[in-house]
Amino acid sequence: MSDAILEVSGLRVEYRTAGGTALAVDDVSFSLARGEFLGIVGESGCGKSTLLFAIAQLLAPPAAVTAGTVTFMGKNIAALNASALRAVRWRDFAVVMQSAMNALNPVKTVAAQFADAMRAHGVGSVSEITSRSREVLALVGIDSAHLKSFPHQLSGGMRQRVMIAMALLLSPELIVMDEPTSALDVVAQRSLMVQIRELQKRLGFAVIFVTHDMSLVGRFSDRLAVMYAGTVVEIGPTREIFETPRHPYTQGLLDSFPSIYGPKVKLAGIPGAPPNLADLPAGCRFEMRCSKALKTCRDAVPELHAVGGTQVRCVLYEND
Amino acid sequence: MPLAERKSVVCCTKMTEPPLLQIIGLTKHFRVGGVFGRTLHAVDDASLTVNAGEIVAVVGESGSGKSTLARLVAKVFKPTAGEILFEGRSVTAIRSRRDLLAYRGKVPMVFQDPFASLNSVHKIGYSLRRGLQLHRASLSPAEREAAAQAALEAVGLSPAEKNLEKYPHELSGGQRQRAGFAQALSLQPKLVLADEPVSMLDVSIRIGLLNLMARLCAEEKISFLYITHDIASARYVSQRIVVMYAGKIVEMGVTEDVLRRPAHPYTRLLLSAVPDPKAPLGVDAGEMGEPPLVIEPGEGCRFLRRCPIALGVCGRVTPALREVAAGHAAACHVTAG
Repeated sequence: MSDAILEVSGLRVEYRTAGGTALAVDDVSFSLARGEFLGIVGESGCGKSTLLFAIAQLLAPPAAVTAGTVTFMGKNIAALNASALRAVRWRDFAVVMQSAMNALNPVKTVAAQFADAMRAHGVGSVSEITSRSREVLALVGIDSAHLKSFPHQLSGGMRQRVMIAMALLLSPELIVMDEPTSALDVVAQRSLMVQIRELQKRLGFAVIFVTHDMSLVGRFSDRLAVMYAGTVVEIGPTREIFETPRHPYTQGLLDSFPSIYGPKVKLAGIPGAPPNLADLPAGCRFEMRCSKALKTCRDAVPELHAVGGTQVRCVLYEND
Repeated sequence: MPLAERKSVVCCTKMTEPPLLQIIGLTKHFRVGGVFGRTLHAVDDASLTVNAGEIVAVVGESGSGKSTLARLVAKVFKPTAGEILFEGRSVTAIRSRRDLLAYRGKVPMVFQDPFASLNSVHKIGYSLRRGLQLHRASLSPAEREAAAQAALEAVGLSPAEKNLEKYPHELSGGQRQRAGFAQALSLQPKLVLADEPVSMLDVSIRIGLLNLMARLCAEEKISFLYITHDIASARYVSQRIVVMYAGKIVEMGVTEDVLRRPAHPYTRLLLSAVPDPKAPLGVDAGEMGEPPLVIEPGEGCRFLRRCPIALGVCGRVTPALREVAAGHAAACHVTAG
């Protein structure tokens, strides 16, 4: 694909610990087009954050990429050295972390932190720094008076907005977000999502949005990847996945949300718990919890099968 | 509805049976900021009831005072004003350690974070036996063991003998939270204060615990005060719902009535913000604003700054809860005036 800004192919990440090797990301491949919004959903421990860290080259030992490539704007960023990486990071892609309180420096004002980021990437002029700082704060709807504020003087929602403003400083092509709304309550969460989507449409950057809450990205993402125990089990257009979920895990996940609309129905959730990543079964990793499991599911990890506009890792779709 | 029919009522209990828990004008203020400090109004003049065998959900944003309310009922905090009656007797008047232990046995709490609420150096069995020793001191060791096992079986942690010997770190998040429920359940409670018991769990695990709450309520007639920010899960398990905003109860009533015909603009805002895969595409919320800090709030409606339908009176007079339909009350000058 020529308009893809990011190609992840055959990516594998392992945590090598004394207690054994945990396979956190296994054979993940996808591409991301310019200006696309990709949601990655899954439960805790499914490898979604590890995947995001691998894409951003932020993994620290004992985690390591053991196979696969991450090609960003034509360059394999897994092969870049630290200084080459520094030039790409933040200028071409930025990261918004889960907890803004921990990601922001508590003893520096917002203005100082913005200035740091810009100076580190070669913007030296004071007037340019000031005007750009005002500009990005205005983009996320925060009064420029807050440039003089310290993080603790801002509400949770504002801090997350400051983080997003900071990611926008150098107009990157891609922003990866790791559960940026999970510390917020529903109302603040919703308004932040609306804002991210508006900014993205206006400025044209691509977004990879990692979350455990599938319902959150339902109306904001273009495509969705559902992860389970280190693998992508279903990937495709968001609306199609919500309307016709095909993988039994996706179906179970969607059936786990109580709704405020329609008649009240009893839900079952998904019984059991995900497998231990250090001791994975030979076959399908969802087999133990799957209501539609067949005998053959235990033999080998199923391939991704193309069904409609989606790809599904399930033997039920082998002959489609 | 004509004005004459709108009585200023607060509780929606059937009069035949006294409520299990009755909270009347409960208020909790905290002093913040040292000597020249000011007053934070965490809960202001809250009145509600919980009947036997009923799940009542308290929903609101962070900072709405919902957790403080639960902690007041649990006697973690002393109320600034107001009264809590459990089975008709005053909870605030409890003084002796014996009465307090007995009360907390009947009204235990289940906490949000199953990773922090279980002691990690002790086995599950120890935590259960310890609770039984304190709150049901009359049991013999053999009866204690049986009660602990029965509680684990009841929450789906079987085989119980095996799970009693496990440390918290050997259990998954969902199992840990089940152990938390077992701890409460082993005390033969009348009312469980569940403070966001599922919000730290994965989506696929949550429903199992909500079903457990519903089952315990239906079969064992245990009441729950279910504190949550998730209005969809509140609908799933509760018979009645209480909506809190900035320390005040702004709306309460039978869950389905409140959700189908929300009277308070804040309830409407909350409903429009719920991420729901089944939401019709037309539903969309506008500008949401931020919840206020409730430091010395003064007179007037606390939702005023975010309210799309506010009138002049809203800034001057704090609205009281008024009935908008049978068993459904809201505190709004405009919709429940």
